[in-house]
Amino acid sequence: MAAGIPGAADRGGRAECSPVSGANDPYDPKQVAALSPEALDEAVTAARTAFAAAGDLEALAAVRPAHLGDRAPVLLARRERGALAPAARSDAGKRVNAARQAVQEAYEERLAELEAERDARVLAEERVDVTLPWDRTPRGARHPLTTLTDRIADIFVGMGYEVADGPELEAEWLNFDALNIGRDHPARTMMDTFFVAPEDSGLVLRTHTSPVQARTMLERQPPIYVIAPGRVYRTDELDATHTPVFHQVEGLVVDRAITMAHLRGTIDHLVRALFGDQATTRWRPSYFPFTEPSAEFDVWFPEHRDGPRWVEWGGCGMVNPRVLIACGIDPEEYSGFAFGLGIERALQFRSGVGDMRDIVEGDVRFTQAFGVEQS
Amino acid sequence: MRVPIGWLAEYVDIPAGTTVEDLDTAFVRLGLEVEEIHRPEQLTGPLVVGRVLEIEELTGFKKPIRYCQVDVGEAEARGVVCGARNFAVGDTVVVALPGAVLPGGFEIAARKTYDHVSDGMICSVRELGVGDDHAGILVLGSGSDDVPPPGTPAGPVVGLEDVVIELAVTPDRGYCLSMRGIAREMGTGLAAPWRDPGTRTAPAWAGERAWDVTVADPDRCDRFSMVAMEGLDPTAPSPWWMRRRLAQAGVRSISLAVDVTNYVMLELGQPMHAFDRDAVTGPITVRLAREGETLATLDGVERKLTSDDLLITDESGPIGLAAVMGGASTEIGDGTTAVLLEAAHWEPTGVARTARRHRLPSEAAKRFERGVDPELTVVALARAAELLAEYGGARVVGGVVDVDTRAPRPTIELDAAKPARVAGVPYTAAQVVELLGAVGCAVDSTGNPLMVTPPPWRPDLTDPADLIEEVIRLAGYDDIPSVLPTAPPGRGLTDVQRRRRAVGRTLAEAGYVEAPSYPFVGTPVFDAFGLADDDRRRSTVIVRNPLSEEEPALRTTLLPGLLAALARNLSRGQRDLALFEHGRVFPGDVRSPAPLPGVEGRPDDETLAALLGAVPEQPWHVAVALAGSREPRGWWGPGRPAGWADAVQAARLVAAAAGVELTVRAGEQAPWHPGRCAELLVGDRVVGYAGELHPRVCAALELPARTSVMELDVDALPPAAVPVGPPISTFPPVLIDLALVVGEDVPAAEVDEALREGAGELLESLRLFDVYTGPPVPAGSRSLAYALTLRAPARTLTSEEATTVRDAAVAAASQRTGAELRG
Repeated sequence: MAAGIPGAADRGGRAECSPVSGANDPYDPKQVAALSPEALDEAVTAARTAFAAAGDLEALAAVRPAHLGDRAPVLLARRERGALAPAARSDAGKRVNAARQAVQEAYEERLAELEAERDARVLAEERVDVTLPWDRTPRGARHPLTTLTDRIADIFVGMGYEVADGPELEAEWLNFDALNIGRDHPARTMMDTFFVAPEDSGLVLRTHTSPVQARTMLERQPPIYVIAPGRVYRTDELDATHTPVFHQVEGLVVDRAITMAHLRGTIDHLVRALFGDQATTRWRPSYFPFTEPSAEFDVWFPEHRDGPRWVEWGGCGMVNPRVLIACGIDPEEYSGFAFGLGIERALQFRSGVGDMRDIVEGDVRFTQAFGVEQS
Repeated sequence: MRVPIGWLAEYVDIPAGTTVEDLDTAFVRLGLEVEEIHRPEQLTGPLVVGRVLEIEELTGFKKPIRYCQVDVGEAEARGVVCGARNFAVGDTVVVALPGAVLPGGFEIAARKTYDHVSDGMICSVRELGVGDDHAGILVLGSGSDDVPPPGTPAGPVVGLEDVVIELAVTPDRGYCLSMRGIAREMGTGLAAPWRDPGTRTAPAWAGERAWDVTVADPDRCDRFSMVAMEGLDPTAPSPWWMRRRLAQAGVRSISLAVDVTNYVMLELGQPMHAFDRDAVTGPITVRLAREGETLATLDGVERKLTSDDLLITDESGPIGLAAVMGGASTEIGDGTTAVLLEAAHWEPTGVARTARRHRLPSEAAKRFERGVDPELTVVALARAAELLAEYGGARVVGGVVDVDTRAPRPTIELDAAKPARVAGVPYTAAQVVELLGAVGCAVDSTGNPLMVTPPPWRPDLTDPADLIEEVIRLAGYDDIPSVLPTAPPGRGLTDVQRRRRAVGRTLAEAGYVEAPSYPFVGTPVFDAFGLADDDRRRSTVIVRNPLSEEEPALRTTLLPGLLAALARNLSRGQRDLALFEHGRVFPGDVRSPAPLPGVEGRPDDETLAALLGAVPEQPWHVAVALAGSREPRGWWGPGRPAGWADAVQAARLVAAAAGVELTVRAGEQAPWHPGRCAELLVGDRVVGYAGELHPRVCAALELPARTSVMELDVDALPPAAVPVGPPISTFPPVLIDLALVVGEDVPAAEVDEALREGAGELLESLRLFDVYTGPPVPAGSRSLAYALTLRAPARTLTSEEATTVRDAAVAAASQRTGAELRG
């Protein structure tokens, strides 16, 4: 109950036993004794004692009217001020107010104490075991190949690249011929291609994401800055280090005055973004029919679980002018670079995955370890 | 290509102090990938050259045994027991004396065996760890051969220090499939002096052509050279050094004549063939095969030939599959004393076709496919003739045959500044000329462009880009700086790409685990699914060379792979599973074959359209599969089994992630339970199905009962509209609960729709919160309880208005579905 608002019970009690003098009563020394410092002190002390004796909030509420209600001594005393000589009124008023305030404070102090006691008791009763599990909804996860691909795509999108898609069942011409891999080129047999029926379908399961290069160049004019992530196929049996179905990210830039230095800068940026500022690359001359010069690149990976080392990661090079020509781009005006990298491989060394089969078998224990986003 | 370093050192002055690791690095920088470094196993203790003085044949044992007296350079000969028989008195062999430890930790000690004390061991190639040849012991030489005297430490003699570096040679660099090519590369790579073994001059063999040869197809064979030899000692063994190098290079020793041709191939890169001259009948013609012709090749296989196979023939018919493998009828035999040595130059793509057609990736074919130096045919004949003369006593008879129709080598124009522009490295013109010279090019640098004639062993150098690559490669890739190019502003991911991500993320956040699977399927799974014979999902794309004959088709639905992943997880002890996959499916639509235009320029629009149109649509699907509990049991109470409703809800989540509205109605589609299958629609278009699997399907696939699945064609979902922000009223709502009794067959979705339409614009939300059957609801009916929130946009609703809305909603439901307000 709010302490300051007069209750109906206070009002009702007054008529019955009011010892209060009327405002216009003549001076009555006896009455005025209520304003004496001694009397006020006594009232305050009585109130303090009563409040302290109240053992709980109910008891406190029960004794409150006697000390702070309209009938309480300090409030009655206030009414006697009119009986004093005007000169004494002011002093008496101050005394009464101070007493009244002291009683109020004593009350509030005790109220706070008792409320705190009550709260402590009730909240203690409501205590729970916060370590209980609440895994009512199972945790899902995206496959780390998906999230790692997205992560790489995001790095390039951040540089202004666009993401290009292409079909997995692809025209042979786009997978090979357009990329300067002629009909009888030895590289064609090295690709371990899955062919589809009928024999003259002209279709293969793409052996790399590179046909998306050709599609992109056939579709639009430079400047071209794209990456093409996706699934690719080679006729390898699944074992600890090989899988017939795997994932690559292809990059292609065609613009004026593009050099190998730009290619190196781009790959360096990627590996630092993905593997940390300590990561660097090393290039080895290699051969891809669709790039010339061609290189394979290794990444210096300090966090490798078997200690810092160079890890083979991808292939790259300057787009072979023959590819530009086959796709209708003038190699005298434009040059370009392309690169391709393996997502499985990146996942293997970045996350210390020893066995390829763990990546492809769809065991939930593996995938759940990676969560919804790749860190 | 296996490169024995001892052999390489014959041509390259490898700088003193060069380590194997230095060589490794040099090879890698040159673009010759080091696959493996073979180091001979360590051997310790006394290993010496010995000469066999006496052989005593021991009998009475299970196998013939010899007890030999061997001079090992000591005062007295040692007695050694030996089980091999491929040596004779006077032969020089390698003897491990007591105290020696052979590779594999095999300790040699004097011990009694076969009733004799063996005071050492005569070693085979394999026991020495220098090869796999275990047919007999290693004979270094016999009689007066130039071999080290007995007692000489044998380690260096047998080349135990030899390291073999195995290289992966890319297809453009066929010349590196020879010691000659490797020597050139390493001479440049190590900046060391080197000698070209291919520069020997052939002797002027006098006389008439040794054989009558006609080349009927000069397009496929622009040079064919031959020399005849007689007087070959058929028993003469190949010298040990040659056999050792062949073994190191991974080539089996067969006979002197065959070994010599193989050796010369490894040395110079020119594959050769030796015919038994006396088995060749009449003039030789090089021609294409006729349909129906056959040839028994050296590997003992009878091969059916096609009109694209090039042959070496005589009067009897085919005697060799040109560039790929010789024929059995003219094979060198134990008694061959006269040979025809052949070295030719064949057109690479024809060789590739024949090798592939007959699945014969022979060493010869491998080299011809990648390009061989056509200058070398006669040089190789000379080298082989020299070796056969020296080790087999043979002599050349008659004149050399050399049918040579080669075209002059083309010259390439190269702007001297171009390599710098490609690499982003400021090479000088002088540097470019010098590096091209190191490759073997003849460079006319009197002006710009440079006029560059590539060497004959580099048929891969046809374009300026090829020359530029050589310059940059030899200058070193390490010089290339790192510069990030600036892309023009991009537009981020496309709507389709963002939608695919959103779908995957939404399902993952709803507790599904992504399980991508291989897209290969077999017909049995369609039978297990109970698909009708004419079901479109049975129409598949067939892989001609599948990994497994049982799964030759490409998936037309994600479910087989996803259910296999489900089964695999179950078999590994998981119980409660919620999996998803999204990816492409491959409907087997019949299309016209994709054209194969040329590559001299962009295909014309019509061809390009035909090409792109021949590639079938490969729609992006998403699927989920659930088994066990969707929510596990816990201290809060029992678990909730996964079921059809979860599968349907997964579809709704996908649609919401894609920003489209999905309609659900009862459907019937295999492999779903006919009474628990939801058809998923956007507008009038069916985009997928969800629900419980048919019990027979669960049984056939050995999946738990009530396994539930959803599959939906994400590409069939229309583009999402840009959402419109709804006005938010701050006036108080009126909440109304009502229960309707409807017939059991009435879908909740219809009641829901009727209520919404009846309630009109004041309805803010509607939610079904209870479904009840049983008394007092009459049998055949059920009670659906809804919570309605009504709110007006700009005022407080009166209770009269609210009642009117409620009544209108109930009236609509009643009219459309026969629903009755429950009292």
